[in-house]
Amino acid sequence: MAHAAAIPVNPGTLATSGPKVQGPPVTAGKVAMWLFLATEIMFFTGLIGTYIVLRAGSPATAYSDKFSPNQIPKDVAVVAPDAKLYNWPLPYDAHTNPLSIDLTAFNTFILICSSVSMVRALAAIQKGDKKKLTAWLFVTVLFGSFFLGVQVYEYRSLMFEHIYPKGVSATGHFTPDVSLFASCFFTMTGFHGAHVAGGVFMLICLLLQSLRGTYTQTHHSSVELIGLYWHFVDLVWIILFTVVYLI
Amino acid sequence: MSNEHAANGHGHADPHAHGADHGHGHDDHIHPAPTNPLFKYVFSTDHKVIGIQFLFSGLIFFVVGGLLAMAIRWQLAWPWKPMPFMARFMPSWAENGYLMPPEWYNKLFTMHGSVMIFFVIIPLLTGAFGNFLIPLMIGARDMAFPKLNMFSYWFMPPAMIAMANAFMVPGGAPESGWTSYPTLSNSFTSTPGSYEAQTWWLISLLFAGVSSLMGSINYITTIIMLRAPGMKLFRMPMTVWALFITAILQAFALPVLTSALVMQLLDRVAGTNFFSPAGWVVANGPAVVGGGLPLLWQHLFWFYSHPAVYIMILPGMGMVSDIIATFSRKPLFGYKPMVFAIAGIAGLGFIVWGHHMFQSGMNPALGATFMLSTMMIALPSAIKVFNWLGTMWGGRLQFTSSMLNAISFVAMFIIGGLSGIFMAATPVDMHIHDTYFIVAHIHYVLFGGSTFAIFAAIIFWFPKMFGRMMNEPLGKLHFLLTFIFFNGTFFLMHIIGMHGHPRRIADPTVYEYLRGTGTMGLNQFMTLSAFGLGLSQLIFAFNFLYSIFAGPKAPANPWHANSLEWVATDSPPPYFNFEKIPTVYHAPYEYSVPGMENDYVPQTQPLPEPTAHTVVEKA
Ligand code: HEM
Ligand SMILES: [Cu+2]
Repeated sequence: MAHAAAIPVNPGTLATSGPKVQGPPVTAGKVAMWLFLATEIMFFTGLIGTYIVLRAGSPATAYSDKFSPNQIPKDVAVVAPDAKLYNWPLPYDAHTNPLSIDLTAFNTFILICSSVSMVRALAAIQKGDKKKLTAWLFVTVLFGSFFLGVQVYEYRSLMFEHIYPKGVSATGHFTPDVSLFASCFFTMTGFHGAHVAGGVFMLICLLLQSLRGTYTQTHHSSVELIGLYWHFVDLVWIILFTVVYLI
Repeated sequence: MSNEHAANGHGHADPHAHGADHGHGHDDHIHPAPTNPLFKYVFSTDHKVIGIQFLFSGLIFFVVGGLLAMAIRWQLAWPWKPMPFMARFMPSWAENGYLMPPEWYNKLFTMHGSVMIFFVIIPLLTGAFGNFLIPLMIGARDMAFPKLNMFSYWFMPPAMIAMANAFMVPGGAPESGWTSYPTLSNSFTSTPGSYEAQTWWLISLLFAGVSSLMGSINYITTIIMLRAPGMKLFRMPMTVWALFITAILQAFALPVLTSALVMQLLDRVAGTNFFSPAGWVVANGPAVVGGGLPLLWQHLFWFYSHPAVYIMILPGMGMVSDIIATFSRKPLFGYKPMVFAIAGIAGLGFIVWGHHMFQSGMNPALGATFMLSTMMIALPSAIKVFNWLGTMWGGRLQFTSSMLNAISFVAMFIIGGLSGIFMAATPVDMHIHDTYFIVAHIHYVLFGGSTFAIFAAIIFWFPKMFGRMMNEPLGKLHFLLTFIFFNGTFFLMHIIGMHGHPRRIADPTVYEYLRGTGTMGLNQFMTLSAFGLGLSQLIFAFNFLYSIFAGPKAPANPWHANSLEWVATDSPPPYFNFEKIPTVYHAPYEYSVPGMENDYVPQTQPLPEPTAHTVVEKA
């Protein structure tokens, strides 16, 4: 260690410029990001799979327009012959389902837009246009934060503000404990929201770096990697929106 | 080679070129060795130091888990007799004459299993050996992401603290087994241990899981990206192959457990209803809305935990392959089939989880498919066993203590694998499910298999880790006693299991048919053997600690092995592992090549002319 100047470099992390090693011509960062996304896919598969199994296993008499979830009397045909029974809340059915599809459809559109602006950001820096990179990153941060804002607003009205009919919740509020549907809804959208929040945080870091002019046409792998993550979060949302809200 | 040096020099002389894209959190450069001991030994990014950290913490937890096992055995042999030594630690037991409270038995086996699996076997195999060996064996200076590697170790202490804390909270340690099935686990009122400790158990496993995920992403990336020139995939040592496939297994199975743990945690702290039945009340606790499926937990848990049992054996298989080839002085028999067998075991491992649930009320048609897929695992497992035997067949065996442990890995794995096939047959499993037969199986694969592999590997790589040799006579004595007492403890469990002795029962004598001297006599014999097994480990502990400080200095390649960690660097390796990144010419199994002066050809040395092996490699 006498001559510190000759500190050896780990080849391979510099796949393109370092000495020849055995490995594919990609960067280690990209391999790791794809692996990380694979673990994330398995995590959301656990949650979405759970949702599907629980919904399929939910008895036909779990929800109703007259009784609170799972509190439908055994002799319902006698005491309330006109009660409608469901195994799961239906979309747009205000008696059992408190979710606003219109609001969330708009929010989904916003998130898709943020993916587009992220694509534009990357395309800009690939052409070496630092100004446009900053601009598009800014737009992406805005869209992402807007999405989170709407989600917070949605949670607030579900959990604290509105009073919902009996068929939605015995307490009148829609909180994670009031029904199996509520448990699934809050867990799935909550974990997705946490991923969006993490993404927005990373985007803000990117934005600050790009304001300082850190990224160049040849060196912008963070933009690419965080972009990958952002598209992934967007994709997961499209699946969640379909599964939780629409079907 | 001067070319390579120039490239290295350039890479460092121009750091700002790379500094530009540092934002994504990894370093392209190996920094100079830290001199501050805090960074050298504690918050180190050196894969060798991190591996040794995992080794020490795993061995410390091995002691904890072992003591818990001794207490379990005491209770089974002499139910409700005051436990020796415990008077000092458990003043609150005084009113009961220092008898163990009944729920304590559940705490003991729950914590024994959890500690051994999540804090000993998995961290030792993937954490300790994965970290220490992967870069050295593939010829890299460090992991692809040294800082991530450091974090992956430092996520373990919070897990350990949460697990230790579980002993201390009101109600005491969790009681629902290492499998943590609802509904025992997700109600606060079902047992004292599920009052608070279960929550800590869940938090602990979440931390351990994140640690493992970071580790496995790092291992896979390192093996894909950082192999030395010439180190083609099919020239990697079996250890690296096994750790590679294990890491893939972990990356794809573990997140599902994470989601299940999160849901159970939310069931407990946020009142969600994932695993609680509709309108469910336990022991006059508050009613829940419910509507969830307790059985779903079992599916999610085993979807991870069956692959996890392979996570606990595959690295052992890889290391044993290398050790057996080295001490047989023969090429590994069937190198490529060995790799494909590991991959096959790993792939099949994802579609067999239902064999843990034959008695759960699952649809029998589904059970039949799980039975079939489980039995198919016997094929790749048998390939491996035959190849180990083929490697030893006709070799010049050197019965070092490491080799003895490796051979007994093979022998014990055969017994454990065979009992696995018994249980995989649904009709047979109806009789032996949840009996001591299962406990016998677990221990033949996890102690007889994984733990013997860990002993073999510690002795084998000790010179590389600490620069000194372990004592051979002590190693052999430890092996002999461990082997005898291990079989004395666990083989008889097959018999009492067949006799219907349930597992997870504090007092077998509540049943008429288990009260006789036959069963209880065997139980007492097993307990005495278990104490012998526990005491024998003191020899290993002494040998290990003594040799670290006072063992004879190790040469670079004490076993005359071929792989890079032996032939391309010192014992212990310097901070950068290799003075110069080595170039690799063949797989590490060229032993006893005819016409050569030495009986081994290092991976860094070209073979003189095409020999039989290289012809095979090209084919
Ligand atoms: C030939 C390969 C194997 C087969 C066919 C097999 C089969 C089985 C089956 C059917 C069970 C469930 C028995 C029951 O609960 O009724 C089981 C349990 C178990 N196996 Fe294996 N196994 C094999 C290898 C392994 C290996 C290599 C390990 C670990 C290193 C392992 C660890 C376990 C554990 C820990 C359990 C008990 C889980 C529990 O209920 O606590 N097995 N095995
Ligand atoms: Cu299994």
